[in-house]
Amino acid sequence: MSDFEPKMIAFVCNWCTYAGADLTGTSRIKYASNVRIVRFPCTGRIDFMLLLKAFDEGADGIIVSGCHPNDCHYTSGNFHARRRWIMFRSLCEFMGIDIRRIKFSWVSAAEGIKWAEVVNTTVGAIRELGPYEEYRKVAGKPKEVING
Amino acid sequence: MNTDKRLIRKDSLENLFDILRKKNKIIYAPVSKNSKIIFNKVESFQEIATGYVQTVQSPKEVYFPRFETVLEYTMSKDNISVESVNPDDIPEVILWGVRPCDAMGIGILSAIFNQDFDDEIYNKHLSHLTVLGFSCNKADEYCFCTSVGGNPGNTEGSDILFTQLGENGDYLAEIITEKGWSVVSLAEGLFETAGEINKNQFLADLPSMFEIDEIRKNLENIYSSELWTEQSLKCIGCGACAYVCPTCACFDLQDEAHGKLGRRLRCWDSCGFSLFTLHASGHNPRQLQSQRWRQRIMHKFSYIPEKLSVFGCTGCGRCSRACPADMNILEYLISLQEATI
Amino acid sequence: MDELKKKATELLESLTVKVVIGYEEGTAGRTRALFAEKPEDACRLIYDSRCVQNLATYLTKREVRDKGRIAIEATLPVMRSIIQLAAEFQVSDANLLVLGITPDGKLIEFGNLAEVEAFIHQYPIEINQQDREELAKIEKMTPAERWKFWTDELSLCIKCYACRAACPMCYCDRCTVDCNQPQWIPVPSHLPGNLEWHIMRAVHLTGRCVDCDACYNACPLNIPIHLLTKKMVEEATVHFGGYQPTIKGEHIMSTYRPDDKDNFIQ
Repeated sequence: MSDFEPKMIAFVCNWCTYAGADLTGTSRIKYASNVRIVRFPCTGRIDFMLLLKAFDEGADGIIVSGCHPNDCHYTSGNFHARRRWIMFRSLCEFMGIDIRRIKFSWVSAAEGIKWAEVVNTTVGAIRELGPYEEYRKVAGKPKEVING
Repeated sequence: MNTDKRLIRKDSLENLFDILRKKNKIIYAPVSKNSKIIFNKVESFQEIATGYVQTVQSPKEVYFPRFETVLEYTMSKDNISVESVNPDDIPEVILWGVRPCDAMGIGILSAIFNQDFDDEIYNKHLSHLTVLGFSCNKADEYCFCTSVGGNPGNTEGSDILFTQLGENGDYLAEIITEKGWSVVSLAEGLFETAGEINKNQFLADLPSMFEIDEIRKNLENIYSSELWTEQSLKCIGCGACAYVCPTCACFDLQDEAHGKLGRRLRCWDSCGFSLFTLHASGHNPRQLQSQRWRQRIMHKFSYIPEKLSVFGCTGCGRCSRACPADMNILEYLISLQEATI
Repeated sequence: MDELKKKATELLESLTVKVVIGYEEGTAGRTRALFAEKPEDACRLIYDSRCVQNLATYLTKREVRDKGRIAIEATLPVMRSIIQLAAEFQVSDANLLVLGITPDGKLIEFGNLAEVEAFIHQYPIEINQQDREELAKIEKMTPAERWKFWTDELSLCIKCYACRAACPMCYCDRCTVDCNQPQWIPVPSHLPGNLEWHIMRAVHLTGRCVDCDACYNACPLNIPIHLLTKKMVEEATVHFGGYQPTIKGEHIMSTYRPDDKDNFIQ
């Protein structure tokens, strides 16, 4: 599958990572274009269901990123998010959902270079893993099922 | 077309199964999963469960599936094309191991799906269905088919009804319909002539527990009674009873879209859910569980008999077995018989 | 349980409570909930090892709440649920009296919910041996094997929501599954919908589950969904030191520590 280009989505917070991604652009740093960015006011607003829906709708990989701890624009949103991510990630691992395909990061508004790195390494990793067929087989157009 | 009695040897049952499988027939039969008996597609005779009284789910899974597509659509730049699902695509299925109560339930469900409007998809499922029924040689404390017009050896609804003649015995095979005869014709050699056999001695002994006509009469007078609240206090409002019931037919229509493609699915629904009757205005005529419980009983024992001349219950007892709160419908029906305003 | 019957009769006769919720004999050797409103009903109350249904789920049921002051026969899991409900403002001392049953089967009368909380804090929430072994079996699997295990099990689910109805912590009038603008959780019981429903349930119960097995006991198909919520109970212990239902204290998912540790955030 040498010509496979992963379809990825990033859920990022407005004040840090989104601004950081902006900086990557204004610094003219080239990085992989596979990622569609969705802007949230804060990582604390990210509902875990969105991640599942992303896989449902065809994402091969997901990036979730926000302000560094202690730097949240709303003081504690990212702390709450961190707790949620820890639990949600454990659940996904327990159920066999491929957690290698979800990357969590802290990227600040000044870290334009880091954002490019996060995206590039994640896209590279997903490219290695290939498309997320297992999930799509289950979640694609539902077929008639009577007890499997 | 006459109902004929044949004998099939105990060991020949497996041969019959194998012949049907060799002809690529799709067979659904009871299997054990997580210590519960459910209907599932089976490849080999060994998978079929034995020694149980009743399955958890009714065989309606097969001809009224949990969810099925009714139409699909595709959006393009200036057009939406809608395609109804083609009922002829519904495969032919053999249902093996159906109890007489469930076979009777097929007729009730058919009456519901053909009142006012003939449901094409449902009817096609039925026309592609062959029902191989197996009589009951034992019942448990939840069964009450004989109280609602059925019995453990009832042939109604089956294409062939098998009755085992004693423990480890051979089977009496009653061929009831043309579909039954076409199964026989695939394995003529296995169906021997039967002598005079009275199957009743091999059936479960299940006395009638209540007078259904008295209950029906009573129901006309006790709509506003307190007893609906009393009976339903422990109901937790899930959908288990409706989903395992062979005659419950309520369904929801859900649209699911992925980008430019979408489909409309019909899926099971239950009148026990609190939002079942929620109007868009916010008003809910059945806000309380007692109102929903009353609806369940009235629908099965008063409204359906009035509209369709059949009772909406086959006495299979699944609802009570599956209920997490032990809402025992048999117990409640007996007290409804004694109820006064 | 004569002490319990005596106490219940007393409470009903003196009109201290309008209804006593407890267990009685059910069908075929099961037990079920009893709502004793007249003093003579109290003699049907029982307690033995079969009594595992979590009665706290009735405390948020409208017709039960509307009766007035309630007394409830409460084993340890039920007591835990009650405190968690109290922490979430669903029950209070004004409308509830707890008749506790200790782990060794003795009746204990509580004056108020604070006493119930003090009692349950003596018993940390621990996964029992059998369930630990079930969890270990899954943990030993490869991710692909785990995916197969859960997709096989969850394809059996018929979305009857018995698990939701039996759980005392699922009391929302409008559950997420009932939300249709947008439809977060698909209604039909196909595999993607079932997966999303059970994941969502486990996440919404994180930090609130009292490990009572009501969900598993309610499931008509014996799908081991309790393992999902139990796993969350364990993870809470591993990452955040565990939790106990508590009215005044902290709840792990609505608080945080600035130094919470993770090993995966870049």
